[in-house]
Amino acid sequence: MVELDILTYPDERLKQISEPVERFDDELREFVAALEAKMRAGPGGVGIAAPQVGRFQRIVIVDVSGHRKVRQSHGRLVLINPEITEWEGLEVGREGCMSVPDYTGNVVRAERIALRACDEHGQSHEYRFEGYEARAVQHEIDHLDGLLFLDRLVSRRSDLFRRKVYR
Amino acid sequence: MNEWYMATLVGRDRPGIVAAVTQALYEAGCHLGETSMVRLGGNFTIMLMARCAQGGLLETLEPVADRLGLRLHLDRIEGRLHDHRIPDVRVSVHGADRAGIVAQVTGRLAEAGLDILDLDSDVAGSEAQPIYLMHIEGLATQGIEALEAALADLDAGITVHLSPIETMIG
Ligand SMILES: [Zn+2]
Repeated sequence: MVELDILTYPDERLKQISEPVERFDDELREFVAALEAKMRAGPGGVGIAAPQVGRFQRIVIVDVSGHRKVRQSHGRLVLINPEITEWEGLEVGREGCMSVPDYTGNVVRAERIALRACDEHGQSHEYRFEGYEARAVQHEIDHLDGLLFLDRLVSRRSDLFRRKVYR
Repeated sequence: MNEWYMATLVGRDRPGIVAAVTQALYEAGCHLGETSMVRLGGNFTIMLMARCAQGGLLETLEPVADRLGLRLHLDRIEGRLHDHRIPDVRVSVHGADRAGIVAQVTGRLAEAGLDILDLDSDVAGSEAQPIYLMHIEGLATQGIEALEAALADLDAGITVHLSPIETMIG
């Protein structure tokens, strides 16, 4: 399997808009496997998008099941040509990115989304995501449109969103 | 490249201070590291990490500070970049303003293992009825449950919210 390299900001290629996948063949599946290996090699990485390794096609992988405190998730997800069909609610959360080392910041995302995407065999699926998993999916889809979480930062000092209250 | 210094500038706030200070540093060939500027009680305050190719930081900043009516303080520091720690808990506190509220809350949190990375607090409300607010981000080195337990029997009238920060890396 080919070892993939992560592009890091300010690499201009991260701003490129990725093209839809048209051929669901073995070459694609090999790439998906290599992309997944790269995601799992990173510390704490729960998602990755093809443009992060310099392939400008609409392919993302998300797997939040290994993350502590995530109670339920869809497990390993290969989302090809994903399209968000519904958004609901807004939530501030903290994000970092393998393409932006040594920085994390607050970003507003939809709390719940509905999504249509193909798997690596070209089969179409519909999903509903919420919370942490929805955030990961939105972050990765942004990469397909040439956007980084840095483009969506909100100030910490003005963060007045009340999150989960524990007492 | 020489060592890092921490420059502190404090004075009456007016528009254009950050631009003037950073322009002077740039023209003198100095590099900026991490900085934090905030207006406190109507005062301009900034702390900035800077280092200069020649040791001319004082010579560079003093004329700007004088011109803008700011007090300048410089410290040699042991500092480095690219070493951010990621907080895992946010604490927000509010209540009627009164003596000892910060000491009480932060004292208990420290005992329960909170390592504060970032804190800001404010007094709002009116002169007659001031409200105290504080936001903290930090590392719960003994877990969030320990922090919750430590705050369980705070004085009435102090409201504290603890929330985990789950950073998503993707
Ligand atoms: Zn990313």
